[in-house]
Amino acid sequence: MLESYIPIFIVMFFATVIALGITFSSMLLGPQRPNKEKLSTYESGMKPVGTTRERISIKYYLVAMLFIIFDLEVLFIYPWAVQFKKLFAEFGISIFISMFIFLVVFELGYLYAYKKGGFEWD
Amino acid sequence: MLNNIQEFYNILPLIIIGGLILVSLIIEMYSESSEKILPWLSIIGFLFVGIYSLVEVGRTSIVLQNMLATGGVVNIFWLIFNITAAIVCLLSINYIKKYGAYYGEYYIIIQTSVLGMMLMAGAKDLIVIFLGLEVMSISFYVLAGFNRNRSSANEASLKYFLLGAFATGFLVYGIALIYGKATTTSIDAISLNFSALSGNVLFLTGVLLFLIGFSFKIAAFPFHMWVPDVYQGSPTTVAGLFSTAGKAAGFSALIVTFAALFGGPHGHLFTPYLSAIAVFSMLFGSIVAIMQTDIKRMLAYSSIAHAGYMLIGLASGNIDGVAGIIFYLAAYSFMNLAAFGIVSILEGKEETNLDLDSYAGLGTRSPFIAGLFALIMFALAGIPPFAGFFGKYYVFIAAIKSDLTWLAMVGILSSMISVYFYLRLVVIMYFKSSETEDKVSYTASEIIAVVIAVVFVIILGLAPGSFIDLVTKFL
Repeated sequence: MLESYIPIFIVMFFATVIALGITFSSMLLGPQRPNKEKLSTYESGMKPVGTTRERISIKYYLVAMLFIIFDLEVLFIYPWAVQFKKLFAEFGISIFISMFIFLVVFELGYLYAYKKGGFEWD
Repeated sequence: MLNNIQEFYNILPLIIIGGLILVSLIIEMYSESSEKILPWLSIIGFLFVGIYSLVEVGRTSIVLQNMLATGGVVNIFWLIFNITAAIVCLLSINYIKKYGAYYGEYYIIIQTSVLGMMLMAGAKDLIVIFLGLEVMSISFYVLAGFNRNRSSANEASLKYFLLGAFATGFLVYGIALIYGKATTTSIDAISLNFSALSGNVLFLTGVLLFLIGFSFKIAAFPFHMWVPDVYQGSPTTVAGLFSTAGKAAGFSALIVTFAALFGGPHGHLFTPYLSAIAVFSMLFGSIVAIMQTDIKRMLAYSSIAHAGYMLIGLASGNIDGVAGIIFYLAAYSFMNLAAFGIVSILEGKEETNLDLDSYAGLGTRSPFIAGLFALIMFALAGIPPFAGFFGKYYVFIAAIKSDLTWLAMVGILSSMISVYFYLRLVVIMYFKSSETEDKVSYTASEIIAVVIAVVFVIILGLAPGSFIDLVTKFL
């Protein structure tokens, strides 16, 4: 019974070896010139310790909102695609047309956001 | 999936409104003069769908895998929503310009909200009700805060959104409990098994939670707190849409769910709850409206009171009550729309002229508008021969037929209280001299919209029987 898990163990073994190997080889082989920025937790991200009342540009919110909307809408395509053969056998070509109508509505929304400047950063 | 071409014709109103939204989006994207095109396109679309619904009213059917009903009462509701929305668009043309709050999406969002209302009115399944409600509500949250530069509009929008989301939570929990016991969301299947289900505590809790969610949407008593602030903060035309079509949509869904139980052995199971909400809404709305000095807040409390009167029809638990509610909704929609229309005409640029005292001397300054407003106030107070009287008459008669005479008495008492604040406005307009001698300036589109609404109020008041007959035929 455990035999079927052997491939997983092999993957785990290689993952550990490669991860540790790369980490330690870069430690041993690479040149070490540390500075303050390099040693911080997120080298090009936010400071991990400091005031929490940072002001974040409103543009991030716009992008995040648009992302959530379009991401959720695309999600509807997955169950349709997975069940497509079954649905096609039952309903015929109309199952394809209905998803096409959904995509047209979806793309119109995308086009609207684009035309209104929702994706412009400046 | 559509089974045949007839189904397509039956749901054509929904398809037209959906197509209208997409076409409006494209126009808004590519046209420089969308502010001029969109209102008229919306009005033509709404009028077409309204008239189409009226013509096809006799063709009752259930379409889309038992999800949606069309024809009959549903089409009458579609007619009310679309005519109301058309009048709101006509009113908005000048108002939005004056307000400086045109952001392109205004008419598109009104179209979306109407699509949600139409789904709610036709629902045969709790999930469709929820879908329609959310489409309508989310459009309303955006519309409430449409003038985004004004803090009162932001407050209205945020308050409406937070409380509305909370009420939706109750609604969904109610639907979940109903589904948990009935193992179906189909309204027909639930009402068939209602005798077996009605003894179950979880099921009853679910239905009552459902009622709470909708009490919020129709602005009934314990869940009315948002109404004055939202009506005050949102653009006046939009407040007109909330209080007419929004309320009608909430009632349409309540009728769909509760009227399915009428006539059965448990038809009166929810009468105590509905009458309690009705009594408190009527009395609270009428009494608190007396103390208001802002016209929009006064109309908001009057809207709470009217939700109470309409709930009497639902509490009476018979077909006459439902017919009465539908008549009342039609009458109330036109009355309130005319009232909000006149308020929007008189409103100044920076939310001025909303005080009751600013209506002083209107009888001499603008006799025509004052006359229309006085007529609307008489109609709202329920004085014959206007539509408001017959709305109350049918609802009270239905209550008396179900041995709820005390409820009708409370309704009459509350109407008598409400006469005070409606007629006070008439007194201010005609018998109080004003400091200014300014004439009221208005455009043709606004005054036409108000006159159309007033004409409907008079017609419904003079010939209430034909509308009631039309409704009763399909119940």
